[in-house]
Amino acid sequence: MMNPAMRLAGDEQRAARAWDVLHTVLDPEVPALSVCDLGIVRDVVAHPDGVEVVLTPTYSGCPATEVIERSVIDAVNEAGLGPARVTLQRAPAWTTDWISESGKRKLREYGIAPPSGEAAVNQDRPIRLVPRHAIECPRCGSKNTERLSAFGSTACKSLYRCVVCREPFEYFKPL
Amino acid sequence: MTTPSIQVEQAPSVQYLLRLGDTALILAQRLGEWCGHAPVLEEDIALANIALDLIGQARAVLTRVGQLGGQGLHEDQLAFLRDERDYRNATIVELPNGPGRPGDFAFTVLRNAMMATWFRLMWERLRESSDSELAAIAGKALKEARYHQQHSADWAVRLGDGTDESARRMRAALDMLWRYSAELFESDDVDSWAAANGLGPRWDSLREPWLAEMREMLDEARLPMPADSAFRSTGKTGVHTEHMGYILSDMQYLQRAYPGGAW
Repeated sequence: MMNPAMRLAGDEQRAARAWDVLHTVLDPEVPALSVCDLGIVRDVVAHPDGVEVVLTPTYSGCPATEVIERSVIDAVNEAGLGPARVTLQRAPAWTTDWISESGKRKLREYGIAPPSGEAAVNQDRPIRLVPRHAIECPRCGSKNTERLSAFGSTACKSLYRCVVCREPFEYFKPL
Repeated sequence: MTTPSIQVEQAPSVQYLLRLGDTALILAQRLGEWCGHAPVLEEDIALANIALDLIGQARAVLTRVGQLGGQGLHEDQLAFLRDERDYRNATIVELPNGPGRPGDFAFTVLRNAMMATWFRLMWERLRESSDSELAAIAGKALKEARYHQQHSADWAVRLGDGTDESARRMRAALDMLWRYSAELFESDDVDSWAAANGLGPRWDSLREPWLAEMREMLDEARLPMPADSAFRSTGKTGVHTEHMGYILSDMQYLQRAYPGGAW
């Protein structure tokens, strides 16, 4: 029979190792970011019978959610920490503010402008959509950019073009 | 062989949530019809993205219906195995996408603006729901509805205050759609129960804030604010237009023909 204090230490260690593993699980739609960079891992709890990972989904209809759940479970199991299970926690709702600083840097390097300015949800007047604040081109850094499309290749992005270097780029919408 | 239909219980909590979830689901189904047909690529993507958010919201709400009801129903059973009279969406979302095929973009823009404003107001109130799961769904959906409202209202202004042709189509869309908005602000016993138990607001309590936002949008779009109409549609009580059966036959065909089919 294991000493409870030892078991506690063991649980903490297993949770810490699971966190390390989660840093290697990538978002299938933005593979520059791990699920930790994205800020969707709310908690990791080691139970006597396995590891529980608490995730917060990004968008209600995001088709990547189920893929991410599967990848998280597979990665934790492959690391020998399983059996892993995922619990979805909707509240508080995910916000792009939870994307880590290193995540924002990785997005920029990947060619996606990280979320900036005011999230739509924080503006008190919903009418008049087109964002008037300047979005910085992730390639040349110019703020002389224009929006091409309010919605992009995935639910979380819109499409922009840099007027200076002429490159189109994606913008991670603040939410 | 076909899959037998399911009947859902009449408990007011279940009915209240079905009205919400079905309204999101059927609007999503209509928007999905635009996929590959919208006038420009950007709006094709926009309509599909809005549909995707609405499907996500509908899935969450229908899952909650399954948990609250005593029947242990799955979201897919609720979506694919209910008959027309057991669908509880407001009629406005089942109307075809305007005249012609694949529809009229002005009509879709206006309906989206009307519905996104309504959903946004509804989700704002539902964040305070006594049902913590519904409150959590609302917290997420609210952010999405705001983006939908911004996008649709922006287009409504652009078209209403645009060319003679775009303004004419917006006025025609307003003529067709406005009378169906009354149903979004009608309350009955289901609402009274939901309000008394803190599940969610009476629909009629959303009317004034909705009208104020519509007035603002229509003013900016240089479109006339329509007068109230005595007409009342009844989709949320299960009595639908002739269009509803066609939507369901499209949407439910696979599960009816291949029960339990998955991929």
